[in-house]
Amino acid sequence: MRDLSLHLMDIIQNSISADAARIDIRILVNSAQDELKIEVTDNGRGMDKELLAKVSDPFSTTRTTRRIGLGIPLFRASAQRTGGDLTVDSDKGKGTTVTALLKIRNIDRPPLGDIAETVVNVIAAKPEIQWNLFLDNIKEEFVFDSNEVKSRLGDVPINQFEVLTWIKEFINEAITRIFGGELDEIIG
Amino acid sequence: MKSLAELEEIRRKTLEQISMRTNKNSMRIVVGMATCGIAAGARPVMNALLEQLKKRNVNDVSVTMTGCIGVCKFEPIIEVINPDGSKVTYVRMTPEKAERIVAEHIVNGRVCIDYTIGAAEDKK
Repeated sequence: MRDLSLHLMDIIQNSISADAARIDIRILVNSAQDELKIEVTDNGRGMDKELLAKVSDPFSTTRTTRRIGLGIPLFRASAQRTGGDLTVDSDKGKGTTVTALLKIRNIDRPPLGDIAETVVNVIAAKPEIQWNLFLDNIKEEFVFDSNEVKSRLGDVPINQFEVLTWIKEFINEAITRIFGGELDEIIG
Repeated sequence: MKSLAELEEIRRKTLEQISMRTNKNSMRIVVGMATCGIAAGARPVMNALLEQLKKRNVNDVSVTMTGCIGVCKFEPIIEVINPDGSKVTYVRMTPEKAERIVAEHIVNGRVCIDYTIGAAEDKK
């Protein structure tokens, strides 16, 4: 994966496959601690202890189309290369949280990538899900709540093209404001 | 700076002037968005599909995503599903191919044979 927004897309696809009705995406930059945290929480079907123990094994997957699952192992490898790690917590019937912690200034850290494009694409594909995006740099937090957008739109669907364009610009502005100067690749 | 209040303007304009997106009796485009698809470039393909549909004001085609379709070597893969349930599978997609598929298949109903999985397997 070229960047973190693609890893994020991959983890979100797992939540969608788990039939989540609500998916929260949190990106936290703590430059004083040199930490970048990316967390995806869903209220999907979750995993039992047996499956959870196997989730980082690339040869373990729930799907039937192929027998190898690389999403979590690849993201974990990216995190570990920076001196961080990735954890998965899950409760069967309640949901799953995937948390990746990366060291910001490690030379092996992939760039953040186009987070807005990832979020807009998943909203376009799955407008019925409640999407929440939290961007946090310790001093300031930005919250995007798809339900709030839907309530403002009334009868207009959230995946209307004009709305998707607006969401992309809205999130991109927030990324620049919250992470500009905190992450080298984003100019504030 | 963008504000949520702008959504009300989009809402007003959409209801007054622009046709609203519907899923009535329409085609669906499904993009394979598992690890294999994403690593091969599925996200720019999906983005190109959305951009082209917007540009051509095609409001009755939904673009959705799914996990692994099962032939990872051909990723990025998209499936165009007709209202009658029949489908065409396009493989080794690029944003440029996505533009052509919207113009020819979605808008004009002509399948882009050379991008299909059948054509790719014949080349082997």
